[in-house]
Amino acid sequence: MLIVCCWLLLAVAGMLRPHSIRYVARLLFPLGAVASLAMFGVAAEFLFAGRAPQTMTLVLGLPDLPFHLRLDALSAFFLMVLGLAGAGISTFAAGYFRSGEGTAPGLLGLHYHVFMASMAVVMLADDAYLFMVAWEVMALSSYFLVTSQHRIPEIRQAGFLYLLMAHVGAICILLSFGVMQGGSWQLTFDAMRGASLTPLRATMAFALALAGFGAKAGVVPAHVWLPEAHPAAPSPVSAMMSGLMLKTAIYGLLRVTFDLLHVRFWQWGLAVLVLGLFSGVFGAIFAAVQTDMKRLLAYSSIENIGLIVTAVGLAILFAASHLPLYAALALAAALIHVLNHSLFKSMLFLTTGSVLHATKQRSLGKLGGLIRYMPWVAAFALIGTLAIAGLPPLNGFVSEWLLLQSFLFTPRLPHTFVNMLVPLGAAVLALTVALAAYVMVKFYGVVFLGQPREPSLVQAHRSNWLERIGLAWLAAGCIAIGVEPQLALQAAGSVTGMLVGQTVASSPSAWRIAPIAPEQASYSGWIFLLVIVCVVAITFLAVRLLAHGRVRRSPPWDCGYRWQDARMQDTAEGFGQPIRQIFGPLFWMQVHLPSPADEAPSYRVHIEDRIWRAIYRPISAAVQRAADAMSFLQSGRLAVYLLFSFLTLLVLLVFAL
Amino acid sequence: MNGIAFVWQFLEVVLAVALAPLFTGWIAQCRAWMQNRSAPPITQPYRMLRKLFHKEAVLADHASPLFRAAPYVLFGTMALAAAIIPSIVTDLPFARAADAIALIGIFATARVCQALAAMDIGTAFGSMGARREMMIGFLAEPAILMVFFNAFLLFGTTALPGVVDNYASHPSVIDPSVIFAAIGFVMVLLAENARIPIDNPATHLELTMIHEAMVLEYSGRHLALIEWASSLKLFNYACIGIALFLPWGIAIHGASFAFVLFALAALIVKLAVCGAALALIESLSAKLRLFRAPEFLAMAFLIAVLGLLVHLLMGANTSA
Repeated sequence: MLIVCCWLLLAVAGMLRPHSIRYVARLLFPLGAVASLAMFGVAAEFLFAGRAPQTMTLVLGLPDLPFHLRLDALSAFFLMVLGLAGAGISTFAAGYFRSGEGTAPGLLGLHYHVFMASMAVVMLADDAYLFMVAWEVMALSSYFLVTSQHRIPEIRQAGFLYLLMAHVGAICILLSFGVMQGGSWQLTFDAMRGASLTPLRATMAFALALAGFGAKAGVVPAHVWLPEAHPAAPSPVSAMMSGLMLKTAIYGLLRVTFDLLHVRFWQWGLAVLVLGLFSGVFGAIFAAVQTDMKRLLAYSSIENIGLIVTAVGLAILFAASHLPLYAALALAAALIHVLNHSLFKSMLFLTTGSVLHATKQRSLGKLGGLIRYMPWVAAFALIGTLAIAGLPPLNGFVSEWLLLQSFLFTPRLPHTFVNMLVPLGAAVLALTVALAAYVMVKFYGVVFLGQPREPSLVQAHRSNWLERIGLAWLAAGCIAIGVEPQLALQAAGSVTGMLVGQTVASSPSAWRIAPIAPEQASYSGWIFLLVIVCVVAITFLAVRLLAHGRVRRSPPWDCGYRWQDARMQDTAEGFGQPIRQIFGPLFWMQVHLPSPADEAPSYRVHIEDRIWRAIYRPISAAVQRAADAMSFLQSGRLAVYLLFSFLTLLVLLVFAL
Repeated sequence: MNGIAFVWQFLEVVLAVALAPLFTGWIAQCRAWMQNRSAPPITQPYRMLRKLFHKEAVLADHASPLFRAAPYVLFGTMALAAAIIPSIVTDLPFARAADAIALIGIFATARVCQALAAMDIGTAFGSMGARREMMIGFLAEPAILMVFFNAFLLFGTTALPGVVDNYASHPSVIDPSVIFAAIGFVMVLLAENARIPIDNPATHLELTMIHEAMVLEYSGRHLALIEWASSLKLFNYACIGIALFLPWGIAIHGASFAFVLFALAALIVKLAVCGAALALIESLSAKLRLFRAPEFLAMAFLIAVLGLLVHLLMGANTSA
């Protein structure tokens, strides 16, 4: 709680000298990082010591309606994630923000720290009232952060779309809480836990919560704001939104489904599972055809949220079918993926920030070869890339492995058709993960490898040391969880103990994990790392000793065509071509091919979401039509408006009597 | 876990690394015989490796450290995979580090490393090969996962030594789903190892190549390591197939020394048969167009799924 106050204090402190970049960036943001670190420490201590939940009542807010706070394992886990990734992001932000970029640095610091504090309060809130207040503060402060470069019309537009989606989601959540209080008009979560709801009402509350939190998390089809808002925001803010804010929605979903509604029906799980799998594949496919690096990462966030939601759905399915051990496994996979995604996705967004500052380019078509000009950023981005592609021995693999393991047990579900069809979900999952690897090879290959596609890239300057520390912190987290997944599994264990009453099997030894039973499946990151490192070292020495180490440098082979240049490399569009070919029907695509006789041939391909056209355009058109139809009311004359008020009063009076 | 187990572990890896080029050479020989050509000697891959190791390595001017490190990492991941797959004995200490699903992860690591290295120089071929390889990767992974799923349903474990041990305890059980899984697995093996009908290891024709396009910029010792790693990959896949579908003869826990020697002989015989079968398949099929590859791998996937459904519908449960 103290830490929240700290952040608020930092926010206010920023307002004192809003235009001094040195003061805000070099002093306040590092202090914010220290506060995050403290948050991480407190939450981790709470989790590993396995403490009992603590509650607190603040006499703030409305009279007779105090704020309730509660720290239990679930909130501690998410606070830990917030602290861990937040520390890295804040350190990076201290080096990243420069003066003269849209909003004054002081204001930016205010929004930034209020954003942090509101996320923490969302996780601590123990009544619907405080939850919604913090939720709204979170939405608004992040809106201001997204639009910090508000002079650019596209960014204003993206911010508006974000705000709209955030509020549609918030309304759903509010309604969900309204259903859950079950007529008692008590807004505390305690009362909701105890409320006895009819199956219909419970399902209604669940569906509303799923819609609301789904809109915030970017679950397809409510994902449209992500690829617009993430590129618009400054990179540390994109990192916060993608790495942390999306996770508050997962937190909300877990809190409502498991803690407040106590998982009633397995059909809920099936719905969540299907949504998650669809989001995963959808996000990965669309990420593969993007040409803007931040949009690519935004779609990759949709894919990762899809994986998390899949795991949550599986956990609901198992929990409702009274298979608590498997539910714990799936839930642990979801939680660890939350942790992992917050690390590697923020890291990748931050590296795009460094690239953006160094080159002023966001389009993949104009980057390339940066590994030679920004070696540090390239090294960290490589770790992030391998981690997010789900490769051992890094952390992304751990959660995906756990998730696949839990899919293996779906044939034991007691529902005839479900247990035959759900295993196919594992194949969809494998497709998603492999597509993610494709996407990340594209991202890293096009940005950091190859030859610079523009001559100006040669002058790309290196990142500063604060940026590097921030990135190194997140990279260290990725490696640590990858080789020692035990830690994450233990942290997740106390949450699964609270939500489904079971934890996964403890590990047979310090260096490997075996969530169900050692003879069924186990994984050890240490051995992976050690064997690979040893073999590489031995091979290297053997080659040097037995053969030689001579190297000759020459220009790359040009296939006998002397005029080859950097523009002839594979482009981002080219890299997406197999995906466009295979998954063609998913896209709404316009391809312009030059004719053989063209003097200045050009090739253009334009890709859009089908969902955008199928759902959002008709809705916005309908809203527009409705507004047009109502516009006759807006005559602009004061007398008429007064008449309307009078009539409304009359009608209300009639009802009141 | 005792000292002997570590010795076996070490010997198995060394054996895999040493035998892998021989296996590749054997396939090439069989292929030549079937196609009525005079065959290269079976030791041809070793000669090629020796030649490459002694040539100097030519690097592009702007090659980054990643490009130079990739061959070593590739070799390391393949050696790790060889350590995990039970080809002769099942009492392998390292095999506990990873089950079959983690094995997919290891192969994916190798693939991504190679694809990234291919993009490093920035020539048109490198990145074209990289994207094709990654495409084959995401098409093949669901199929191979379904194969392992089948194994899990039958034996209640995804750890390969466990599969072999379970086979040994019910040797007579052959579930029909195994046949489907085996067909699916062979199709994935062909695609993943750059064999006909997906890729042709013998050609440098620009329109069709995948693997060769990626390694175009490599030379000298780097190329030698990559070639060795790819024959090791083929060897590993063959051993996975043997462990899953033909595990008779592998020395299980506590087997005597003589039995281990027998297991070695059995492995060599099985590999010889598998190699000849692979050569036969390759000789009988034509290379597919690149965009027919999704159909090929989708078929592999569907066959594996059919196996799964057959198993579930029949309600056979040997694992219980």
